[in-house]
Amino acid sequence: MGAPLLELRDVSKSFGGLAVIGRLDLTVAEREIVSVIGPNGAGKTTFFNLVTGIYRPDHGEILFDGKSIVGLEPHRIAQLGIARTFQTLRLFLNMTVKENVKAATYGNTKARFWQSALRTRAARREEREVDALAEERLAFFGKRLIGYRMEQPAYSLSYANRRRLEIARATGTSPRLLLLDEPAAGMNPAETHEITELIGRLRDEGGYTILVIEHDMHVVEGISDRVVALDHGEKIAEGSFEHVATDPRVVEAYLGARAAETGR
Amino acid sequence: MPRIGTDEWVSEQELRTEYYTGLTAPARRAFDRVGPGPRFFAFLGICALFPFLTDSAFHIRIGVNVMLFALLALGLNIVVGWAGLLDLGYVAFYGFGAYMYAWVSSDQFDIHLPTELAIPLVVTASALLGLLLGLPSWRLVGDYLAITTLFFAQIFVELTLNLDRINLPWRDEPLNLTGGPNGIPGIDRMEIFGLQLSDVRDYYFLLLILLALIAVGLFYLNDSRTGRGWRASREDPLAAELMTTPVNRLKLLAFAMGAAIAGLTGSIFAAVQTGVFPQNFEVVLLIMIYAALILGGAGSISGAVIGAIVVASVPEILRTPENARWLFYGALAAVLVATVRPWRRLAVVAGAVVVFGLVVHELVAWIWPAGVEGEPAGGTLGGLLDSWVILPVDNQELLGNLAFVLLVAAALTLTQLRGDARTILLIPTIYLAAFVWETRLIEQPSVTRQLLFGAILVAMMTMRPQGLLGTPRVENPI
Repeated sequence: MGAPLLELRDVSKSFGGLAVIGRLDLTVAEREIVSVIGPNGAGKTTFFNLVTGIYRPDHGEILFDGKSIVGLEPHRIAQLGIARTFQTLRLFLNMTVKENVKAATYGNTKARFWQSALRTRAARREEREVDALAEERLAFFGKRLIGYRMEQPAYSLSYANRRRLEIARATGTSPRLLLLDEPAAGMNPAETHEITELIGRLRDEGGYTILVIEHDMHVVEGISDRVVALDHGEKIAEGSFEHVATDPRVVEAYLGARAAETGR
Repeated sequence: MPRIGTDEWVSEQELRTEYYTGLTAPARRAFDRVGPGPRFFAFLGICALFPFLTDSAFHIRIGVNVMLFALLALGLNIVVGWAGLLDLGYVAFYGFGAYMYAWVSSDQFDIHLPTELAIPLVVTASALLGLLLGLPSWRLVGDYLAITTLFFAQIFVELTLNLDRINLPWRDEPLNLTGGPNGIPGIDRMEIFGLQLSDVRDYYFLLLILLALIAVGLFYLNDSRTGRGWRASREDPLAAELMTTPVNRLKLLAFAMGAAIAGLTGSIFAAVQTGVFPQNFEVVLLIMIYAALILGGAGSISGAVIGAIVVASVPEILRTPENARWLFYGALAAVLVATVRPWRRLAVVAGAVVVFGLVVHELVAWIWPAGVEGEPAGGTLGGLLDSWVILPVDNQELLGNLAFVLLVAAALTLTQLRGDARTILLIPTIYLAAFVWETRLIEQPSVTRQLLFGAILVAMMTMRPQGLLGTPRVENPI
């Protein structure tokens, strides 16, 4: 493994008196796929919100590519190369499929508003590039999001296609690190299988480093280089899928103390 | 070949079915086939011809009003339609622009800047004020932003009313900034590059040129990173921020651009009117601008312009009783066309309305001859109506009032009915409306104007809730 792309050092976050993330240390190497698992309320999504800058940690350091990103505004962090999807879909529903991806290029484009209003040569060229980029990102999903569908509003998409568009939009920011929050939630088995393959392709063909929150253990088993288990905001296990899945603390967190004792 | 059951098949279903239905479908399809460019130039051509079609300064003054409204609606569209910020302080920027122009181009402070300098100054100052008053949008959204900005609009009027006697320690006399309730009269006419704008017609063309330039600029801007950034922030600010969009900066930009356009419009308004007064910038105006924008379809440039045309011209058209009558029966017909489908049913209903009227007229003539002796006042339409609508000679007022109450009851009942019962009740209701119109409403032009205008707005919004040229939207379920 190469140098760490993302590094969390002793990160804590609490809301009121409730410690949601406690003393979390974590590293993610370039082009690695790391799964984050844990029961509901374990702090997985809060962990994503800390990395993307929605929350600021109470304590600790978050380094991206060796530089601290604590305190930066979310759009700055996104511009540096961290993109995410949302557990509850948050698409720009009244914009077209293509516009959803184009909107994500804001931070990587330069045209000022007067250049766009006057349609200067530079603005036109940039617009063509953005257009090509959006089509390329959408084409990653085979035929599902391209063709006539690019010009349709996002609200007309099926649930599974909305999930795909969320990923396409995140890749529209040209990130290095992709945070996927339950990409297979609500998908049927065939679609779940497709997502599993897709995450592998995102790394192999897209070159992204991927952190993924997932509840479906088949997906986790299929994609992960490494698995991190959280409970009550603390890391309780880390390592290969087999190692984490059989860890007594993980079993306890999911099934309760007695199940862990009897080994069931 | 897509398989049945896969999502490709489902969404292509929309393409296979006809998008437009009903009588207006061919017209709408034709409208779609003509691209935005030709449509724009056709519109521009018609607007440019308008002043040559009429000699009346009053008509051109209405045209100027329409243009002012259109510019204001375009500016508001940036803030409300695109960035999704409910800005109720918008009219303050318009007023500020007007007063600012007055300060630098009148005897108030004895400053008479050349117009080429005054306008950029006003626009810049308005944009800066927009930046400042846009700051609350960082923390407040929706209703909260609305009430805060409404406060700005109110305070602006209060300030203009009261800033006529400011005591300053270094001055002996109090400073008169706004002229108080008397406003600032005697504002200079504009003169652009040696071209003296003296006639209201000149201002019409100035406004038309500005409207065209701004509309094109906004059309391009809408389909650019800035436009997409605005719309993304409207749809979901958090998601937009995490997709590299600096949401707060874009909110301020929207406020500033809206304010700049409003300020520019205000300066021209001040020059046209050669005076500014506090009552020119009250909340009623704000509501009318919103009405124009919502009627046309928030988010649509052409919609904002069409909405402005309707909102600014319809009340003027309604001033003349004969016009009002045409509009009234036109609106009745439009409601029929929009609500009764398919067209065979519509033909039956329309025929039934005519027959119903003729029968009622004959019956009343037979039973109570005095009931039909009234003459509908003049015009082509009046002659046609004479043998259809009953018009008593005596007690018109009483009968008209009773019929009015009955009409309201019938209209309310209509909203509760479905299917055939509704269609059947529709026939006497329309006849009743015509009766009320001929007996009462046409006698009271000032009241009728408001009523009819309101009814037209309600009917239009019922037919197209997304606005005339707007696209239907879904709300984010968050």
